[in-house]
Amino acid sequence: MVYYLALAALLFAIGLFGVMTRRNAIGILMSLELMFNAANINFVAFNQYLGGNGMAGQLFALFVVVVAAAEATVGLAIVLLIYRNWRGVDADNVSIMKW
Amino acid sequence: MEAVQPNVGFVFGLFAAIIITSALLVVTLKNIFHCALALIVCLTGVAGIFVLLHAEFLAAVQVLIYVGAVSVLIIFSVMLTSNLASRRIVQTNQNALVAGFAALIFGAGALLLLKLHDIWPKAGSALPDDNVMTIGKLLMTDYMLPFEVVSVLMLAAMIGAIVLARGERS
Repeated sequence: MVYYLALAALLFAIGLFGVMTRRNAIGILMSLELMFNAANINFVAFNQYLGGNGMAGQLFALFVVVVAAAEATVGLAIVLLIYRNWRGVDADNVSIMKW
Repeated sequence: MEAVQPNVGFVFGLFAAIIITSALLVVTLKNIFHCALALIVCLTGVAGIFVLLHAEFLAAVQVLIYVGAVSVLIIFSVMLTSNLASRRIVQTNQNALVAGFAALIFGAGALLLLKLHDIWPKAGSALPDDNVMTIGKLLMTDYMLPFEVVSVLMLAAMIGAIVLARGERS
């Protein structure tokens, strides 16, 4: 089990690095998906090794997948809107919050 | 569970190598379109890890939703903002060094904690064989409320995305 947890930790660290370094907003969203998947690996691994006969971990991972899909939908719509207004998807430029 | 499958370590290593390599490609490649392709490889590898963990339904969901839907969505967005994807411009900002240091500390710390507190069981518990049926039953009984809430959230996200992306002109 420790290997699964180590894999998830590495994947989360890589995602964290991506979120902090990406300039492109779509790149930030992709790194975010990596972090979601790391959390999901943890959920499923804990369900397999410590969950007994229950399936709660897998169901939680299922809900995480659905919420991540919803987040990606809205996030990419916002990215398109940013692109339309600023002619670019550089997240560093979009630091003004008007109204 | 692990003991009866002698090759599970090798398969796990293969999938782990695929996942880590493609994840590194996702965060380091210059061209954002190539990043999206690497992300697809990475998500498929995670689906393989789910199969190894006896979560077959979740693996199918991963392939359908992530590899099928979310990746298409991301590639669509990359192409709609494509004057950035074609040129090779700097994709990382100036705090890459600090961020790399922080991520390295996080990863190394997590691995160190895993090594120090070796309380994790070696063998898994026996899950029911009919995984899909059990999950379906649980979704319709014990997890009815989260299921409905998440479907309302999905509907709200859909409507929100349509309203956001529709633009000013009607």
